[in-house]
Amino acid sequence: MSDSQISNRKPETGAFFQRDREWHPQAYTPWYKTSVLRSPQKALLSLDNTLSEITGPVFGHNILGELDNDLITNFAKPGEMAIGPRIIVYGRVLDERGKGVPGALLEFWQANAGGRYRHRKEGYVAPLDPNFGGCGRTITDEEGNYSFRTIQPGPYPWPNGVNDWRPAHIHFSLFGHGFAQRLITQMYFEGDSLIWKCPIVKTINDRAAIEGLTAALDMNATIPMDSRAYKFDMVLRGRRSTLFENRMEGN
Amino acid sequence: MVQPLNQLKESASQTAGPYVHIGLTPNFAEIGGVYPQDLGTSMVNDKTKGERITVVGRVLDGTGTPLKDALIEIWQADADGLYNSPSEMRGSADANFTGWGRCPTDMDTGEFRFETIKPGRVPFKDGRKQAPHITFWVVARGINIGLHTRMYFGDEEKANGEDPVLARVEHRVRVSTLIAPREGSTYRFDIHLQGEKETIFFDI
Ligand SMILES: [Fe+3]
Repeated sequence: MSDSQISNRKPETGAFFQRDREWHPQAYTPWYKTSVLRSPQKALLSLDNTLSEITGPVFGHNILGELDNDLITNFAKPGEMAIGPRIIVYGRVLDERGKGVPGALLEFWQANAGGRYRHRKEGYVAPLDPNFGGCGRTITDEEGNYSFRTIQPGPYPWPNGVNDWRPAHIHFSLFGHGFAQRLITQMYFEGDSLIWKCPIVKTINDRAAIEGLTAALDMNATIPMDSRAYKFDMVLRGRRSTLFENRMEGN
Repeated sequence: MVQPLNQLKESASQTAGPYVHIGLTPNFAEIGGVYPQDLGTSMVNDKTKGERITVVGRVLDGTGTPLKDALIEIWQADADGLYNSPSEMRGSADANFTGWGRCPTDMDTGEFRFETIKPGRVPFKDGRKQAPHITFWVVARGINIGLHTRMYFGDEEKANGEDPVLARVEHRVRVSTLIAPREGSTYRFDIHLQGEKETIFFDI
């Protein structure tokens, strides 16, 4: 699984910057009802990273299929395509020091253009698109760049309040180089007025943090007469330098 | 004014939601033909060194109800205590062991199951040895940021007794929430999100 080809940079072995728990959502956010019984109530035990957290699985390009980054065709019958507004999502994965993160595995999933997921437990009345599965993945290049093609997902209603709707969004899962960097988040679309009404978005307290999850329409990256483009950068935890780290006697 | 530090903020977490399977285990979600198999379903092969074990468990909410829509990932050292990671500088881990597994909880029973090996001991930062352990990461609908915890082994009493991480636990009654009892070659590790038996979660 680990693939020395992913980067010719020297692997980094420092511990990660402390996570800002006020920037991230709190566990207990009663307006998002499911969190009430699923939120730990005791304090987390703070642990400066050991090798168990500093290391992490890294994935090679050999796991990727040719269509993994094309949700318009990766589930479609030969010669057919998913229905909906065609978009390209692109950007960089950086760490908190502003360095690109090469070899990061990104997995993404989303509803179809009507806001319907392909899932056994999904009950929204909007129809399935027979040519849309809703999942894709890619690995960032040497500078941390990625891109994929999809259709713009629709907003959808969900059981929380009687009339709560999710803004259009794409779910992202990210692997950096250490297991402490593991992250799941969501990408929202510039201009969607549902963003500021959504109880799940509102689990985040900080407006800047929400804006950081909102992709910008980039007309300069569109393909004329084909697809619009949204730019979405993501940031993973940075690593402390090991240059002047204290060493205990005898180590 | 001072010079700016020019540091970025980590992207804020959002819940994995109820349909995390579509993205992370599409074959499990009956979305066939996109990936040949789901990542993380197999950690070992015939040549993997070490003692074969099974780890099973559930994730329970504040009412004791198992979550049927959670996803668990585990990360562990090989039998010699080495991680299969480019950041592992102490040597080369067993190439026949990935060290990483991913399993959705069963949609009917809420159970997860990993076929793996018992990890070796890994040094703490000061060189003392940690007890064998497996790192767990839990995401689900209603969990706003992924939860990290560790599973220790019920039959490693001596090693657990000298583990520097377990030693950090102030309320000693809670240590048992991290220790999985053994039955045959199976360890059972139930994760309690809340309540009297709330599992210790880590801010790592
Ligand atoms: Fe969603």
